[in-house]
Amino acid sequence: MSEEIVLTVEDLIVEFPTRKGILRPVDRVNFNIKKGEILGVVGESGAGKSMCGSAIVGLIDRPGRITGGEIRLQNERIDNISHERMRKIRGRRIGMVFQDPLTSLNPLMTVGEQIMETIRVHLKISEAEARQRAIAALEEVGIPAASSRVDAYPHQFSGGMRQRVVIALALAAEPELIIADEPTTALDVSVQAQIMALLKKLCHERGTAVMLITHDMGVIAETTDRVAVLYAGRLAEIGPTKDVLSNPSHPYTIGLMASTPSPTGSTERLSQIPGSMPNLRAIPQGCAFNQRCTKAISACFKHLPILEPVDKTDVACWLYDEAYKDEAAEQSKTQLKEGA
Amino acid sequence: MTEETQRGASARPVFKEDEHLPFWKRWMDTDIWHSYKKSPVIIIASIAFMLLILSAIFAPLISPYTPFDPGSLNLMNGFTEPMSKNDFTGDYFFLGTDDQGRDVFSTILFGLRISLFVGLAAVLFAMTLGVILGLISGYLGGWVDGVIMRVADIQMTFPSIMVAMLLYGVGKGLTPPDLRDEMALVVLIISIGLSEWVQFARTVRGATLVEREKEYVQAGHLIGLSKWAIMLRHILPNVTGPILVIATISLALAIIAEATLSFLGVGAPKTEPSLGTLINVGRQFILSGEWWILLFPSLTLLALALSVNLFGDWLRDVLNPKLR
Amino acid sequence: MLAFVIRRVGEALLVLFIVALVSFAMFKFMGDPIQSMVGQEATLVDQEELRERLGLNDPFPVQYVAYLGRVLSGEFGISYRVGLPVEEIILDRLPATLELALLSGLIAISLGIFLGIYTAIRRDGFVAHFIMTTSLIGVSLPTFLIGVFLIWIFAVELNVLPSYGRGETLDVFGVPLSIFTLDGLKSMILPAVTLGLYQMTLIMRLVRSEMLEVLRTDFIRFARARGLSNKAINFRHALKNTLVPVITVTGLQLGSIIAFAIITETVFQWPGVGLLFINAVNVVDIPIMSTYLLLVAVIFVTINLIVDLLYFSIDPRLKVGGGSKGH
Repeated sequence: MSEEIVLTVEDLIVEFPTRKGILRPVDRVNFNIKKGEILGVVGESGAGKSMCGSAIVGLIDRPGRITGGEIRLQNERIDNISHERMRKIRGRRIGMVFQDPLTSLNPLMTVGEQIMETIRVHLKISEAEARQRAIAALEEVGIPAASSRVDAYPHQFSGGMRQRVVIALALAAEPELIIADEPTTALDVSVQAQIMALLKKLCHERGTAVMLITHDMGVIAETTDRVAVLYAGRLAEIGPTKDVLSNPSHPYTIGLMASTPSPTGSTERLSQIPGSMPNLRAIPQGCAFNQRCTKAISACFKHLPILEPVDKTDVACWLYDEAYKDEAAEQSKTQLKEGA
Repeated sequence: MTEETQRGASARPVFKEDEHLPFWKRWMDTDIWHSYKKSPVIIIASIAFMLLILSAIFAPLISPYTPFDPGSLNLMNGFTEPMSKNDFTGDYFFLGTDDQGRDVFSTILFGLRISLFVGLAAVLFAMTLGVILGLISGYLGGWVDGVIMRVADIQMTFPSIMVAMLLYGVGKGLTPPDLRDEMALVVLIISIGLSEWVQFARTVRGATLVEREKEYVQAGHLIGLSKWAIMLRHILPNVTGPILVIATISLALAIIAEATLSFLGVGAPKTEPSLGTLINVGRQFILSGEWWILLFPSLTLLALALSVNLFGDWLRDVLNPKLR
Repeated sequence: MLAFVIRRVGEALLVLFIVALVSFAMFKFMGDPIQSMVGQEATLVDQEELRERLGLNDPFPVQYVAYLGRVLSGEFGISYRVGLPVEEIILDRLPATLELALLSGLIAISLGIFLGIYTAIRRDGFVAHFIMTTSLIGVSLPTFLIGVFLIWIFAVELNVLPSYGRGETLDVFGVPLSIFTLDGLKSMILPAVTLGLYQMTLIMRLVRSEMLEVLRTDFIRFARARGLSNKAINFRHALKNTLVPVITVTGLQLGSIIAFAIITETVFQWPGVGLLFINAVNVVDIPIMSTYLLLVAVIFVTINLIVDLLYFSIDPRLKVGGGSKGH
């Protein structure tokens, strides 16, 4: 795997002004994705996953906007460029796959028309050539009889086939990065694995970087190289998938793992994290997780933790800070005693 | 907050939560009130509407003349221009007089009264009818629902003003000829009301269908409560918003329908002229240059319809933010 | 597709049957036509003879069947007031209404769709806001008031256009039309604008809200994510999807132009069927009223049918053979 970094997100802040104050669905998020790498982004709904994706392609709904940080595609800033330049990047250099294939396609145009239209926006080629490419793209995503299906309308495809069409559309202009926002959530369980495998295979072949947004830990485990855990708009933990899954450090990630059935089929009881993620209007001071965290220490209620390397991952948690090590140890001792 | 900023992180904005406030304070903080405060057009429209309502209610007190009392009229005052003197009493005709020497300002006040009365009564009638039919239709289902909704569908394909016109024609035909003038307003109210019930019925029916299946309706029935009572208590609160919007928009339509029918000479009788009748009278004099007889009633009607429409439009936006 | 068409035609016939019943009931139960037909000096014997001649003494079902038979053979009775067959009177008046309705419908649809798209795309722009606010005045302005004010300005004050009547007409295949003569066209301008303005506002507001709705859908978002230009998104993707629902309502709007023609024709003394109807209501001339009701029903039902069929040509989801696979 090459070390060439395709996408860099640095201290990204997205804000929505409302009458009662400013909401911040994305708060100082940092990550990067290398060529050919699949980065999983997990979190509960409302954690800011999709908002991150929208911010990268410059499609945040008004009145929201990026108010801080930088987004770089191949070392070139894309968060502050003109609409027209951003439009040329969308589809050409960054492809997107949305959650619901039923609604992602224009019902009144054939899939071929939609693919050809995308290709011809970005590449200067003739209509006949674009049609050939559209058929090739459909074949590549495994649509049978692509040369005749190219003239079919979206409603003539099944859900899984439609999502294949959507993937073909996203890859049509051979982008460097694909942002897949819950690409399998709306599909039948039986089709989910096929679609994920297809996405993984195509991106590996082309060296396309993938940002895979999901709340499904199973998908993360099977598909991704690295994983970023978001909580209330902030990054809780980020690192190689196998390390985060097998040896999580942030109490939220630990809770998340404990609440997911293990792929090895162990019979341990699943536990759940008490409480629920705070509303964006009521994020507590300090660490956003402090209300639900069983290990919280005084610092967690006062100061906002920032990402620091712990073992092989980066974690935003005071428990691992040198200055609070002792207090954290004390805390876990008392908890042990109480438990005994 | 200050502590949070250490370690180089920028401050997170604070979000105010406001609970446990008295009712009026919470009302002052709702989206409706804020949207109202921020929209000068709506403030003006609502004030204009209130003024029009008040002048209609207090027309007998405000108006300087009693325009439809033949005894007080003096044909010699006919066609007096606005802001000129009454040669007989020394008063001013604020907005001039018509061909009969009636004070235009006074006729407008009384005309407004008729217009608003007919409009409000028609909407009230349509609302009552629509809510009842909607409840029956949604609750009973089956062929009753089929018949009611089929009629509604058919009626929906015709514009309401036309339905009102046709119904008025039928109604007029049914009234004995010697009662036609006396009954004119009643027929007018009923025909306009009958032309506007469909929207109410559809909304209420939709809500009823949803509520009917809910457990509390079934449960309430088991403990012996009347289903009707349960449903009225639970369905009506759910549909007050939409009904309010429909009622406001219907009011504008009803006022326009009434004015149109009266203008065409088939609505309010000459003895009880509404704004539409006054405009019909006024247009006969534009060729001869007595513009004020036409202009002022027209402006009043426009102000009335516009203020109600603006209000309804705004109300729909506020109660249904998705559509903004 | 054939099954769909047959069902639609069946429904249309049902509507017509019901309207015919209403219109017959008007005949049967409303007032006593004899009273309004005969003069003061007519004797009771004269009245009874007339009653018999008009078939007013038969039982209800017999009369209804007879009525349906007459209607189907093109006989609609005799006007109480004028004493002529209703179908003659109406046919004589119909071309005037139709040409007026067509011209104003054209104005309303073309301008309405154009402005609707404009205000949806530039929805935060100054001009769009201005148009929307003005349009609300347009909706609040009763049709007759628009007409009266247009007469005041263009006929009385500026004296450039005629204030009433059809002007000079030209016979086309024996049908007198105004639109082909300069004088006639001038006479048509004010009524056509009056009639079209309100419909235009409605169409514009509808197109705008539908378009805004479509612009919020996922596939538009996806189209943006594919890097399509705003032009392609607005016109290729959003517009076509907007038009599907717009067609229905626009069809109905065309129907209501016929209805609003009553008002416009009265204001401009345009000798069409609307003016005929209003005069009939004034004197309770029931044969004319009920025939007019039938005529309007036929026009509405036809328009509805055409609109339904138009759906097929726009929306592939409804075409035969489509939509069999997966849903």
